[in-house]
Amino acid sequence: MVHFLMFVAFPVVFSVVLTFHKWNIIAPMEYTGLNNYILLFDDKIFLKSVGNTLIFLLIHIPLQIIIALFIAEILNQKIKLKGAFRGAFFLPVIVSGVVVTILWQQLYGFDTGLFNRLLTGIGLGKIGWLTDPDIAMASIAVMATWKNVGLYIILFLVGLQTVPTQYYEAADLEGANHWQKFFKITLPMINPTIFMVVILSTIGGFSLFIEPYIMTGGGPLNSTISAVLYIYKQGFFYYHMGYAATLGLFFAFIILAVVVVQKKFIEKDH
Amino acid sequence: MASIAPENEIGSLTIMPTSLTLSSYAQMVDKIPIGGAFINSLIVALSITIGVLIFGSMIGYALSKLVFRGRELIFYVIIFTMTLPFQITLIPQYIIMVKFGWIDTYWALIVPYLINALSIIMFRQYFKSIPDSLIDAARLDGCNELQIIFRILWPNSMPAIITIGIITFMASWNEVLWPLIVIRDESLMTMPQLVTLFAVGGRAESQLGVKLASAVMLALPIVLAYLFFQKYFIQSMASTGIKE
Repeated sequence: MVHFLMFVAFPVVFSVVLTFHKWNIIAPMEYTGLNNYILLFDDKIFLKSVGNTLIFLLIHIPLQIIIALFIAEILNQKIKLKGAFRGAFFLPVIVSGVVVTILWQQLYGFDTGLFNRLLTGIGLGKIGWLTDPDIAMASIAVMATWKNVGLYIILFLVGLQTVPTQYYEAADLEGANHWQKFFKITLPMINPTIFMVVILSTIGGFSLFIEPYIMTGGGPLNSTISAVLYIYKQGFFYYHMGYAATLGLFFAFIILAVVVVQKKFIEKDH
Repeated sequence: MASIAPENEIGSLTIMPTSLTLSSYAQMVDKIPIGGAFINSLIVALSITIGVLIFGSMIGYALSKLVFRGRELIFYVIIFTMTLPFQITLIPQYIIMVKFGWIDTYWALIVPYLINALSIIMFRQYFKSIPDSLIDAARLDGCNELQIIFRILWPNSMPAIITIGIITFMASWNEVLWPLIVIRDESLMTMPQLVTLFAVGGRAESQLGVKLASAVMLALPIVLAYLFFQKYFIQSMASTGIKE
């Protein structure tokens, strides 16, 4: 209970108090009223960082679901070495994001990266995976998908096994093909799993930090700066504690709003 | 997606074959205190895991087997804290650390993580499936509450303990944002933090081999643990949906 008061209740209350102040930790706190909130709505980089995070989610979540579902479908058939494949896909999930990022940074390298060497090898031009502002965030989203997809493959596999086999047998009698079975039986039956994956990867995606921090530092032209990365910079590079707390609080409300909208959407669907 | 290839094999495709000697590792050890960081990470992750198991089971026990006023209220407050995004508490928690003088100490890395809502909820759930008669019998035999938790309930809750243990250990081993904030002294840094700063800070001098060597060192302990306990890892994470 003491622990809870100290590390949850107090921070939340203090956070709200902080948002009305200007403070660099060393000098005394200075009351500035709503100034932080006014700053926030004028802060183009913060708004961009929130936008970047949303772009990340919009690429990451659909990609994640499609790939995970596709692989889970394949692994759900009776194939050899199923356990080995499952284990291999799961490996990036347990490894630190730091490791995955350093690795992909090499793959994405402009001159020496594997992807560009393959492209030039087959006679195509190089792509600025991390240096082109239009592509960089998508590159990070693809990497994040590679890292997390193993977990969602497992969740989908569990989901697929709950579908009663009689449904498929009945469909076979009616002469349904593979695609019809997938869209008419599998998809509706595993809806709950899909929703769970959406919510989990939304919350995970909103905490995007280490990947852009290592890979691009938020560049080029702030195209990959995520909201958490920006809050971190405001708080611990510039020591704008009051402002960083304001950003955190505001961003938390955005997260809440997105999750609530998703939930509404889900409940309406049912 | 060639996720089948182990981390270091993919990496080796992009570096010159000549640098595939151990010289990258030797250079890395020269440049950063990776051994010390390994010890730090181990101390921090083990302390957190033990703390979470002990406190989680104690609170989980109180919330499932003891009857007192406000029990349900406390439970809902705990659930509420789980839904709270860390973005809100990040800055105030840092300030608490500054006020306690815990910056650049193990305390800052360990204490905020000692109790965690998910572990309480999982223990509570698991303990509910253990019959009350077992606890009553133990009480008649003169066990006190702590003995009930650690002598009676623990041996009967191994699946829950393994799941919570693995998830907690992995999450704290891989945690990087919080160490970056509260630790500035290189000799106290955890492994992910040190490797991150090494990769970002330019001290690797754009030598890919050295950077990748540090990444491999960081991945190795978890990958080894994974190879031995693969089944438990997958079960634990599938049952909670938790990643880092």
